[in-house]
Amino acid sequence: MKSSVFAKMGERFRRAVVLLLALGALGGLYAAFSPTSTAKDGVNTAADEATYVREGQKLYSEGCISCHGRNAEGVTDRGPSLIGVGAAAVEFQVSTGRMPMARQEAQAQRKPPVYDSDETTQLAMYIQSLGGGPEIPNGDLREGDMSAGGVLFRTNCAACHAFSSNGGALSSGKFAPTLKETTDRQLYAAMLTGPQNMPVFGDNQLTPQEKKDIIAYVQSMKESKDPGGLGIGRTGPVPEGLVAFLVGIVACMFAALWIAGKS
Amino acid sequence: MKLLPKIKPAQLPAAGAKFVDDRLTVATPMRRIFNKVFPDHWSFMLGEIALYSFVVLLLTGTFLTLFFDPSMTEVVYDGSYTPLKGVEMSRAYATSLDISFDVRGGLIMRQIHHWAALVFVGAMTVHMFRTFFTGAFRKPRELNWLIGIGLLTLGMLEGFAGYSIPDDALSGTGLRIMNAIILSIPLVGTWVAYAIFGGEFPGGGEIIPRLYITHVLLIPAILVGLVAAHMALLVKQKHTQFPGKGRTEKNVMGERMFPGFAAKGGGFFMIVFGVLAMLGGWFQINPIWLFGPYKGEVVSAGSQPDFYVGWIDGWIRLWPAWETRNFDYTIPAVFWPSVVFPGVVFTLAALWPFLEAKFTKDVHFHNLLQRPRDVPARTGLGAMVVSVLLILLISGGNDIIAEKFDISLNAMTWAGRIGLIIVPPLVYFVTYRICLGLQQHDREVLAHGLETGIIKRLPHGEFIEVHQPLGEVDEHGHTHLEYAGAPVPKKMNKIGATGAQPRGVFFPVERRSDVEAEQKALAGGHKE
Repeated sequence: MKSSVFAKMGERFRRAVVLLLALGALGGLYAAFSPTSTAKDGVNTAADEATYVREGQKLYSEGCISCHGRNAEGVTDRGPSLIGVGAAAVEFQVSTGRMPMARQEAQAQRKPPVYDSDETTQLAMYIQSLGGGPEIPNGDLREGDMSAGGVLFRTNCAACHAFSSNGGALSSGKFAPTLKETTDRQLYAAMLTGPQNMPVFGDNQLTPQEKKDIIAYVQSMKESKDPGGLGIGRTGPVPEGLVAFLVGIVACMFAALWIAGKS
Repeated sequence: MKLLPKIKPAQLPAAGAKFVDDRLTVATPMRRIFNKVFPDHWSFMLGEIALYSFVVLLLTGTFLTLFFDPSMTEVVYDGSYTPLKGVEMSRAYATSLDISFDVRGGLIMRQIHHWAALVFVGAMTVHMFRTFFTGAFRKPRELNWLIGIGLLTLGMLEGFAGYSIPDDALSGTGLRIMNAIILSIPLVGTWVAYAIFGGEFPGGGEIIPRLYITHVLLIPAILVGLVAAHMALLVKQKHTQFPGKGRTEKNVMGERMFPGFAAKGGGFFMIVFGVLAMLGGWFQINPIWLFGPYKGEVVSAGSQPDFYVGWIDGWIRLWPAWETRNFDYTIPAVFWPSVVFPGVVFTLAALWPFLEAKFTKDVHFHNLLQRPRDVPARTGLGAMVVSVLLILLISGGNDIIAEKFDISLNAMTWAGRIGLIIVPPLVYFVTYRICLGLQQHDREVLAHGLETGIIKRLPHGEFIEVHQPLGEVDEHGHTHLEYAGAPVPKKMNKIGATGAQPRGVFFPVERRSDVEAEQKALAGGHKE
């Protein structure tokens, strides 16, 4: 009895997998040959743009409207107005998975994004069409002077994100997140739009070239290995003190126990 | 003509000793030293960890001075670390980077040096608590306790100076805070700060060279002197020992300095050196290249002192912003947790042997130690101090903990504040009760004997547990053994119920047959 149910379920499962695979293959083929699949770079004509804005509006009406309002004018105690925040802000919030928000709390958390890059572009272009705002430039955002970027990073960013870009605490549950998974475009967008508790670093505070310098520094630091061995979180003296006791002193004390036992 | 007489290799030590004694006549004092007896208890080796780390610090530190230049001259970095190429920095920081990236073996030396510093202060702290909990500081050893307090405070200062001289952003932030702490001292603060820093922070570049000479000459020289005095007193006054069979206030039981203890000590030095080298090779510490050169505007999140100052940082974080303005004079809030409270802590710690003697009206000599359980009040107090230090230490890193564990920083601060008031009395009470409980159990074993684990049913149906008395029993089945503050056997195999066991921690180091034969011989069993 039981086994037959499982057999049936197994059969269903197999069918579902086959169906999924077939759909996936079809979608992959479509994506490979579809002319509009190359994110924003593919938007060339005014007609493309209009389609994107329309699609973005649809997505907005499904996923964002309840908190940001019918015309993106914002809803009191739920979500701010999005008019004038620009495509950069939308791309940052949506591509890092912070929007749509899971719940109202001190700060939105990074999580796997709900929308793919195409949908994100559509949403971004819809919001951009409402009231303009900052946009992320295309091209290589990492093309900068690493040393200059380091100086700027330590002056402008390290106070919250810490010297290692691993993040730090702010008041009342807020925090400067780690930049571990942050992409070049997200870094640029964050500086440009100042999401959540972050200040805005407009082009008057940090020129586009300076932003690229910072991105070059941050990304190279993240990729760099720790020449001194295990990085133990690159978090400074707190884990170092912990290791000194848990490894150093404990190892020496075990040695002391062992030696004193031999008499 | 031969320069040296021909000696057989086996006679070399004797001949060598004779050579020395003929010229220096040191046989008598050396015999005394070689015969110094070291009691065998692991807790007596905690101070050695500190001593050996100190030796490692001197060795690695000497290496580092060969390449470090404490100069505040501005230079443009042109070493192998690309992300800092072309950046302006002090020569002190540039040479620290060179040690890390361009001097062969420089990075591991720097790292061993820093790890050794943490282990040095850590081991001193643990050693101090051992001395406290066992009452080893009592008459006649109060002076050595005071020297120990001096070593600990100087060790902390020495560590802070070492932390500050590479002139990276973390060093500078630490100095900035130290400057603020000195400024907060009433009346003299401003003058002292200006004198030390050579003016308004960061001064005209005086502070790093000054800290450097403090770090490599002044404090190490005093430390070496104090270590020598600490050990000379130890030899003069002889070791303490735990009470036990044959141990009195007038003798010391253990192993002689030579050859037994010398071999152990030498081996232990190698182990400590090995542990420190392992830490230096495997675990990255203080990556100064990530912090960057110190500039006034650079203050990284998560800037912490090393752990031995971390508890003071914790106190500063927990203390409310209570600034007072009396008689036209401002006392900033930071003055209390950073100057007054640590001052009180160290003063009380230094005076403790005298305070305890006064309160307990104890004027006697003490060469036998007390087990922590036998002095519940002192043990409770010590545990209370440990709990305070731990809460402060955790609070010193509360931003890191808040960030890593997704806790509100404000909640961490309040937990620290409330914890600091509630936890210590609880710890005192619980420790006190645990001590009494342990004592009680010892007394129970002395009176009733060991639990054998055998349950007997008597003919009328009553169940009794069979105890193995430790001595002659009276008509009630009680033994009258005096409570001596010494370990009491708690398991049957401790009194040989399971026969002799081969010794060894992870694997036996003796053959079972040898042990059994020895046992038989001891029992006088010549049966064949």
